[in-house]
Amino acid sequence: MEALFAATLGILTASGVYLLLRARTFAVVMGLTLISYAVNLFLFAMGRLQSGAVTVIGQGGAYADPLPQALVLTAIVIGFAMTAFVVVLALRSLGETQTDHVDGREPEQ
Amino acid sequence: MNHALILPILLPMFAGSLLLLGARLSLSSKRCLSLGATLLLLPLSFYLLWLADQGVLQVYAAGNWQAPFGIVLLLDRLSALMLVLTAVLGCFALLYAVRGDDGRGPSFHALFQFQLMGINGAFLTGDLFNLFVFFEILLIASYSLLLHGGGAERVRAGLHYVLLNLLGSALFLLAVGVLYGITGTLNMADMASQAAAAGPDQAPLLHAAGLLLLLVFGLKAACVPLYFWLPRAYAAATAPVAALFAIMTKVGLYSIVRVYTLIFGDAAGSLAHMANDWLWPLALLTLVLGVIGALAASSLQGLLAYLLVVSVGTLLAGIAIGTEQALAAALYYLIHSTWIGGGLFLLADLIARQRGDKQAELVQGPALQNPHLLGALFFLGAIAVAGLPPLSGFIGKLLLLRALEPGLQALLLWPLVLGGGLLTLLALSRAGSTLFWRVGLSQLDSTELDRGRLLACMGLLLLSPLLTGLAAPILSYVQATAGQLHDLQPYLQTIRPGAAP
Repeated sequence: MEALFAATLGILTASGVYLLLRARTFAVVMGLTLISYAVNLFLFAMGRLQSGAVTVIGQGGAYADPLPQALVLTAIVIGFAMTAFVVVLALRSLGETQTDHVDGREPEQ
Repeated sequence: MNHALILPILLPMFAGSLLLLGARLSLSSKRCLSLGATLLLLPLSFYLLWLADQGVLQVYAAGNWQAPFGIVLLLDRLSALMLVLTAVLGCFALLYAVRGDDGRGPSFHALFQFQLMGINGAFLTGDLFNLFVFFEILLIASYSLLLHGGGAERVRAGLHYVLLNLLGSALFLLAVGVLYGITGTLNMADMASQAAAAGPDQAPLLHAAGLLLLLVFGLKAACVPLYFWLPRAYAAATAPVAALFAIMTKVGLYSIVRVYTLIFGDAAGSLAHMANDWLWPLALLTLVLGVIGALAASSLQGLLAYLLVVSVGTLLAGIAIGTEQALAAALYYLIHSTWIGGGLFLLADLIARQRGDKQAELVQGPALQNPHLLGALFFLGAIAVAGLPPLSGFIGKLLLLRALEPGLQALLLWPLVLGGGLLTLLALSRAGSTLFWRVGLSQLDSTELDRGRLLACMGLLLLSPLLTGLAAPILSYVQATAGQLHDLQPYLQTIRPGAAP
């Protein structure tokens, strides 16, 4: 399970970084979203990966660490707000500068 | 448990929420509410300063959940000092804004309050994840404040700022995740004792997480090679926003001091002071590149933004040296550079308003209406920021240079700080002579100098002589601060059960 999980995170992050470097606002937003998925999964895994563990202490031996789940929830909410903001900003930038390049002007050939 | 500790967060939060609910209120009632809440922060932060100066760490356990299980706020001398810095700067920036700049976009006052809440929270929290949350609060408010007033240039600068900081937040979470996964806690004091006990198989991971944090804080503090967003963003922002942003780079510096004296401080064994090897060359490079940028700047705001980068380099050098004297000198310089940097941004806007469409571009323009008054203020600010006697910049730099023993570090830092000061002076005198002397004969009489704006700008700049006059008490305070930061036992005791009052 660990190897599969790690590979998933690696692929998500690599795709995110690739999209970030495209330097077009839509691709960059997608890239940031992929990276934040990877980060959220990573945070979740920091409570150690285990299956079948109980969620309430006192009902069995091994229990799942609740703290990373709370952290991930917070991170998801914040990430959602930030993504919404950056989408609006990207649209505004397209309207003001007539280009979707992150520098606000087309690169010279 | 003293409930005053949480008030610097609650007060702006409630004021900001009220302002959001009363979005239809008239601008003048919004101004009263916002100004009232910000002015209240002043006595509150000075009270907390007095409280912290008693020398005992104040811990506020939210919901009375004791650390390390609950979330705590921690007040020591450093956080109290930063709260005072923020409150004073915020008051003057808001005084400037209520003279007209706040009407250029909706929700300015609510955003301003949330910005203050995020900054105060970041200074007060004793929990690493909460530091992340408050970072996000202050960032999302700053994104909107940066765009306040609209225009293509602001959107261009804002897009870079927002995207870079979003990536920074992702890296922050990664670092927090690794630190939690290994130490099993998020409380910074508890993390410090866990990091000290880390085995050889865990130390490399902690090291990686610590350096990842350095990357994130370096981005906020704008050190080389992560400062490229700053000059454009600060030059594009409206004047009161740019003045308030003078504290934003200091949030990054504060976090560097906090994390690398507490979590990875004296007690951390093999991980102790891991950042210093990186900070030292980065600080010197930041200093050099900031001065070059200041010499090449094409507008007064751009020049001031690069001077902020120079001050960040100087401060980082003080932090990287690692001794108590150097840290105390850096803290004194931090007070000076925050207030004077903010004041100069306000002054640049006052000058730009009298130059018509030339704004503060460093080219020949129309004559100013109040050349003597504005010129005198510019002279005062330039002397302070370049570090000439008798103003506060000189004292800060002198303390920093004297904190070094003769040796390789001194050989590198002395010429850079002194040469940097000289070149800063050169850049400022070039800018000043263009703005005040290379002028046409005609004046634009459409613009009247606003007394409220002038008062806010003068207030901030005149803090420099005040800092010089009160140098003795301030110095003893910052020395006590540096001493407190290096004495880790009280911090570690805050997490023992029953130790918190």
